[in-house]
Amino acid sequence: MAIIQYTLKRLLLMIPTFFLVMIIIFLLVRFLPGDPAIAIAGDRASDADLAAIRERLGLNQPLLVQFWLFVTNTLQGDLGRSILMRAPVTDIIYDRLPTTIFLTVYAVSLSLLIAGPLAFVAALNRNKWPDAVIRTVFQVGLSMPVFYIGLILLTFLAAQLRWFPVGGYGDTFIERLHHLFLPAVTVALYTSAIIMRNLRSAIIEVLDAEYVQFARAKGLPDRLVLGRHVLRNALISTVTLLGLSIGNLMSGTLVTETVFAVPGVGRLMLEAIFARDYPLIQGLTLTFAVLVSVVFLLTDLFQSTLDPRMRLT
Amino acid sequence: MSDTQPILEVENLCTTFTRGGVALPAVRDVSFNVGKGEVLGLVGESGSGKSVTLRSILGLSRRYGDVTGSVKWMGQDIAQMPERKLRHIRGRDIAMIFQEPMTSLNPLLTVGLQLTETLKAHTDMGRAARRDRAIEMLDHVGIPAAASRLNEYPHQFSGGMRQRVMIAIALAASPKLLLADEPTTALDVTIQAQILDLILSLADELEMGVILVTHDLGVVAQTCKKAAVMYAGRIVEQGDVRQVLRAPRHPYTVGLMRSVPQDVPPRSQLYTVPGTPPSLEALPQGCAFAPRCQGRTEGCLVARPPLATIAQGRSVACFNPVTDAQGAAA
Repeated sequence: MAIIQYTLKRLLLMIPTFFLVMIIIFLLVRFLPGDPAIAIAGDRASDADLAAIRERLGLNQPLLVQFWLFVTNTLQGDLGRSILMRAPVTDIIYDRLPTTIFLTVYAVSLSLLIAGPLAFVAALNRNKWPDAVIRTVFQVGLSMPVFYIGLILLTFLAAQLRWFPVGGYGDTFIERLHHLFLPAVTVALYTSAIIMRNLRSAIIEVLDAEYVQFARAKGLPDRLVLGRHVLRNALISTVTLLGLSIGNLMSGTLVTETVFAVPGVGRLMLEAIFARDYPLIQGLTLTFAVLVSVVFLLTDLFQSTLDPRMRLT
Repeated sequence: MSDTQPILEVENLCTTFTRGGVALPAVRDVSFNVGKGEVLGLVGESGSGKSVTLRSILGLSRRYGDVTGSVKWMGQDIAQMPERKLRHIRGRDIAMIFQEPMTSLNPLLTVGLQLTETLKAHTDMGRAARRDRAIEMLDHVGIPAAASRLNEYPHQFSGGMRQRVMIAIALAASPKLLLADEPTTALDVTIQAQILDLILSLADELEMGVILVTHDLGVVAQTCKKAAVMYAGRIVEQGDVRQVLRAPRHPYTVGLMRSVPQDVPPRSQLYTVPGTPPSLEALPQGCAFAPRCQGRTEGCLVARPPLATIAQGRSVACFNPVTDAQGAAA
């Protein structure tokens, strides 16, 4: 019951957040240098043509009117028509979004698969050689830019060894896993480094906790001591970090999707920015804001299922 | 020693931790026996190695340091036993309760789960039977409305209630020996007596041996059959509780006894043992207590007195043991 109430409260709190996000998006796009009418009609268009385009896009209306139209249309699911793609923004995003979500979930899963076991190995062998090796490798991973690792992987695994496709998306689930493996791994290397470091130190701290000693004194098998008593407690701080990393990861898709030619919303955003496609930029920014908010909500919910003390507040 | 066959025999137990390349001898050559249903009091100041001794018996110290010597449980040496085998003795034969009820229960798991997981690890009881046993145990340690509290979390219990929960968990699998590490130190005075009475009545009822670690001599006098006094990681005096407390032979025990205010006029200065316990990093060459001892001689600073038997079941580590007359004068 408490958890439903909590979820509802959090959802209500998201309304003012989105209103604020809409104001920021609206203003940012209008104060960006450059004229969308020129972007559409080209440099040599006549003043009359430009005026006609502005008229059609509603750009000649007062700002407040434009904002009112933006808000009411958005609430009705109408984000306008993309100038670049000549199609409704909602349809384009709807078309491209699943790819990005798939890539993100894929990358996060890989990160956890990499970081979880290695954090345990490192923590249980604290300051011995396995710990040192794991930490050094991840330190290197952390200090290299994502796109650079991506390019290296592309050159060797895709272009030379031909183990993976250079770009594209695939149709079936398995094909997608195969197609998106390199971009997912590229992102996961960075994210898992952050998670591994955090989880490792959390595990080390929890291992010395009195309740873990007590769990051992009770004669529980190691599997339960580590899985039930250590991991759960160590995860609390890591989940917060994971939520934040997913937020970062979303904006990271701009680079990854471009490097790997993945047809997701990240690459679309870059294209929209280059083309000064205002409606598309607005729609995409709003989409990102919604996604990040949902991720934060999910992490908070997950955390309150982990930690009963958080359910009261 | 005791008329019952010992269930636990600790011999020459040594535990050494290493911090920053420096060896810290936390426990040195500790030897004692505990018989069936016997209550042994382990007394000493903070840092004297009492808790580490208990943790070393259960094999909890060896992750953090080097443990040598033998710990015989029912004749079987468990000091070097692999974890996989040792875990069947932990919790089932030898249980332990910790000092801090606030930090010793897992905050994320219900009290019921923390109780039943012990039963699951050591018995073949079914889910319903484990639940029944858990309710029975909580009821037994005096937690009202036990059935409804199984699904609650530790933070919903008070300190005293948490200590009761910990006792219930420790005793759930009917152990034969309970290691109680200052079980009442963190609690209110009014609750302390209740918890102690509870432990002792349960011990009596279940014929369970108890090693009670405490720094409270009053508690030892009331509850224990035997007492061992620890100083700087070693047992300095050991024997029947009445003899140790009425006629202490080691100057440190005498000092501890004098520190308990008895028949002193109000607002008078309380007695303290002069000086502070030595740091484990820099133990004196001779007797560790010598720098604080008023009866020390040249020899005390050079050589360490061995723990010598002075009577049946009575031993003291001192070159110049206190006599009855001196003890009475002090």
